Amino acid sequence: MEYIGEHLLPGKIGHFFAVLSLASSLVACISYFKATNARDPLEEKSWKKMARWAFGIDALSVFSVLVTIIYIVSNRLFEYNFAWEHSSRALPLNYLMACIWEAQEGSFLLWTIWLCVLGGILIKKAGKWEAPVMTVMTFALFCVATMILGIYLFGHNIGINPFILLREKMTGAPIFQRADYLSFPQMQDGQGLAALLQNYWMTIHPPILFLGFASTIVPFAYAIAGLWTKQYSGWTKVALPWTLFSACILGTGIMMGAAWAYESLSFAGYWAWDPVENASLVPWLVMIAGLHTQVVYNATGHSLRATYFFLITQFVLILYSTFLTRSGVLGDTSVHAFVDSGMNVQLGLFVAVFLLPAYILFIARYKQIPFIAKEEQTSSREFWMFIGALVLFLSAMFIIISTSLPVINWFRKDKVTTSDDAAFSYNRVEIFIAILLGLFTAITQFLRYKQTSREYIRKLMLPTAIALVLSVLVSVFGGINYDKYGAGFMVAIHLAMFAGIYAVVANATYIYSGMRGKLKAAGASVAHVGFGLMLVGILFSSAKKQVLSYNTTGILLNFDPEAKQNPMENITLLKGIRTDMGKYWATYVDGDSLDHRSKAEYFHIRMEKKDGTLNFDLYPSWLKSTKGQAQISANPDKYHFWNKDIFSYITASDNPAQRGEDTVQFKSNPIAIHDTAYYSKGYIILDSIVINPEKYHFGKGDTALMAHLTVVSRDSMRYTATPVYYVKDNAPRFINDTVFAQNLAVRFMGLSEGRKLNIGIKESSTMTPFVALKVYEFPQINILWIGTIIMIIGFIMSIVWRRRQTRLSRVEI
Amino acid sequence: MKKVQIIILAAIAISVAVLISWMGNLSTYETIASAKQKPGKTVTIIAHMDKQQPMEYDPVKNPNYFSFYIKDTLGATAKVVYHFEKPYDLEKAEKITLKGKMNGDVLEISQKTGIQLKCPSKYKDDPNMAKKELSQN
Repeated sequence: MEYIGEHLLPGKIGHFFAVLSLASSLVACISYFKATNARDPLEEKSWKKMARWAFGIDALSVFSVLVTIIYIVSNRLFEYNFAWEHSSRALPLNYLMACIWEAQEGSFLLWTIWLCVLGGILIKKAGKWEAPVMTVMTFALFCVATMILGIYLFGHNIGINPFILLREKMTGAPIFQRADYLSFPQMQDGQGLAALLQNYWMTIHPPILFLGFASTIVPFAYAIAGLWTKQYSGWTKVALPWTLFSACILGTGIMMGAAWAYESLSFAGYWAWDPVENASLVPWLVMIAGLHTQVVYNATGHSLRATYFFLITQFVLILYSTFLTRSGVLGDTSVHAFVDSGMNVQLGLFVAVFLLPAYILFIARYKQIPFIAKEEQTSSREFWMFIGALVLFLSAMFIIISTSLPVINWFRKDKVTTSDDAAFSYNRVEIFIAILLGLFTAITQFLRYKQTSREYIRKLMLPTAIALVLSVLVSVFGGINYDKYGAGFMVAIHLAMFAGIYAVVANATYIYSGMRGKLKAAGASVAHVGFGLMLVGILFSSAKKQVLSYNTTGILLNFDPEAKQNPMENITLLKGIRTDMGKYWATYVDGDSLDHRSKAEYFHIRMEKKDGTLNFDLYPSWLKSTKGQAQISANPDKYHFWNKDIFSYITASDNPAQRGEDTVQFKSNPIAIHDTAYYSKGYIILDSIVINPEKYHFGKGDTALMAHLTVVSRDSMRYTATPVYYVKDNAPRFINDTVFAQNLAVRFMGLSEGRKLNIGIKESSTMTPFVALKVYEFPQINILWIGTIIMIIGFIMSIVWRRRQTRLSRVEI
Repeated sequence: MKKVQIIILAAIAISVAVLISWMGNLSTYETIASAKQKPGKTVTIIAHMDKQQPMEYDPVKNPNYFSFYIKDTLGATAKVVYHFEKPYDLEKAEKITLKGKMNGDVLEISQKTGIQLKCPSKYKDDPNMAKKELSQN
């Protein structure tokens, strides 16, 4: 059939470049391989030349694929599945890129783009390491290129084609039997970006995280190059800035995700040990372990084998994480993994093609990797750095084993999973890791390489004393009484708090006492200060996190017989009624749909401290799905103090759509002025009648009557209500009024016989607007964010410093 | 033996101990019938919502009490009591993972994370919906 109005050319161009990138990356990979193994320099040179050309074509193709997708999406060519599924006409331009990496195939594309950028830098900078390192890089490019290929081979689907047409994907749909299907209303607009993702974090978190993901291959590639060319030790210095870079960016990406989760997703926190979060944390931990052993090797010649192991393992874990999060195996355990897209075999192979050769090469060459037979002194820095790396690695293994339970279950008869309190099953182990790491971070900086003299250790006395005093003060006055899991865990929290403070104080003083204020070289100390602050911030904000909305005074508290034992984190606020919320009075002032484009519904919550010292407003909101369904997601709002955040989100409300039809009828009550009518909880007085009330801007030709009513409830509360009766187009119309506190609606139904007026009364239990919400207090959360930023700054300082060092050493040679 | 080797061995021993104690705290996947045999033990059940039976959530009365019925693949049903708010898209979930303790015929869930929904994707709206939309006319 000849379809009308389709734009097929961009798709053909895009797919052509996708295939071209696959082919050229393969050519580049083979050429680099040949160049690495070539004995003759001339032969090497010609292979390398070819490889560079192929890489250039590959990079160009990848960017062309991206440009084509941008063209399709921005020109709203909804005949393409990608545009139809991920974008919509209403989508603002700044989310154009976001809707590209929202898609599984789009995020792979982002990965390849970063690989191309990094590859380009390596060609310029890597010198003699170019050929072996780029062999690994281009092989990865080849593998990722298969992910966006989308062809059938031997009955298997290879990759997802981003240029597939909607009619090719949804073959069964009847509208595609029409040649003019594009003129149908459902083809006029796309499905759009999920409302939850229309957030500025979505525009920066994925690119940074994927740069982190993509960059982990560089230290891995150097390690493989070292094993392959048998120049076992030459790469560790030149690759150190890369390891630092990768650790820095991946760490930044992870913490951006944490900030996003905290800020706008209603997970009520920045970290939930969700499998998807763990999947990126684990490679980072191993990368940090490898970073430390790499530094040790550069300084002392120890720990080279460990460096190989860690740098290989971290990248294998990156691939394994990709498999976990994208294959759908985490579906039962994670709240935000991708769904199974039928690429499991391909994703599994992606892990295997790196894992097997890398470890086989490592094991085969293990004996040849140089090592120092004499063991490290117990007082040496390298000894404790190695132990620290080991702790990091074991902690990573613990997390990844927990996360991999769905995979482990494939091999087990009785399937198991984490218990209902998943976060604590991690926390009770990780708290001890935190204590150890904090202590190591504090002490090890003061140790010297090879051997440390007593005099040097004495320098540690001052920071130790300061840290002890500070942490005792925090323990005594900090109010950390987290006894939910018993005294033992609380003691561990206090110990970890000491370790965190110790790390901060020791590293800060080390910049002066150990390095005499030579700040340029102090990147590591700065990063460690940041890490210590992060620990302190995490401990403070988690141990002192308070639920303010404990339902202590809620309506019908005894409705739930087990209420006492159960957490009651939600509190219900009826509109306009001040409700007791612990230290605060909370009032649901108003609910309003302010922003129609994003379909957000804001709720105005007024918080007043009971002692009258503080008032503030919270505006948590609900995002309605942009895709026309009744799906809702809560978007929190928080109020910042210098030392804490008050954080709230809506968990339920009387959404009219959910409430259903109100079937109760108005009951007519003919009464004269100053007469009374009764309802179940009191009576109503008709005070007066106003003709053509100004409030409603009736014109001269209109006839409008407004009744002034006083409602007196049984408990002597007085309310006023002003329902209006008017005639328009010869038909009677009504503007009702409501007294929410009494669940009462009144209507002026018109005139009755004998100078009486008809007042309609309706009572209903579902009328009162209300919200149920949670309110948390996160104290000292800022310490965590400040710590993160300081750690990143420390990383950047180290990268600059180490790069200068390698450049200087090259000049010396 | 070298110090490092001793420490590595000790670390491995500790890790194994931690791992074993952690294994002891795992919950097992059960069917509704087998979960009823294990009252008081934390169990994990994968089921779907039984829409034939009533769902109860009245936040005006109590925002921390939500009850509904589940049905597993074997056809057994059970009442679930969740002491938190009703998850937003519960009705849309094709599968629900529940972690809690059986109390008679009722599954009591007292952790917020005790209900996990298997949606087509948390961030994606229902692809079946897309199909439905295209099938109109």
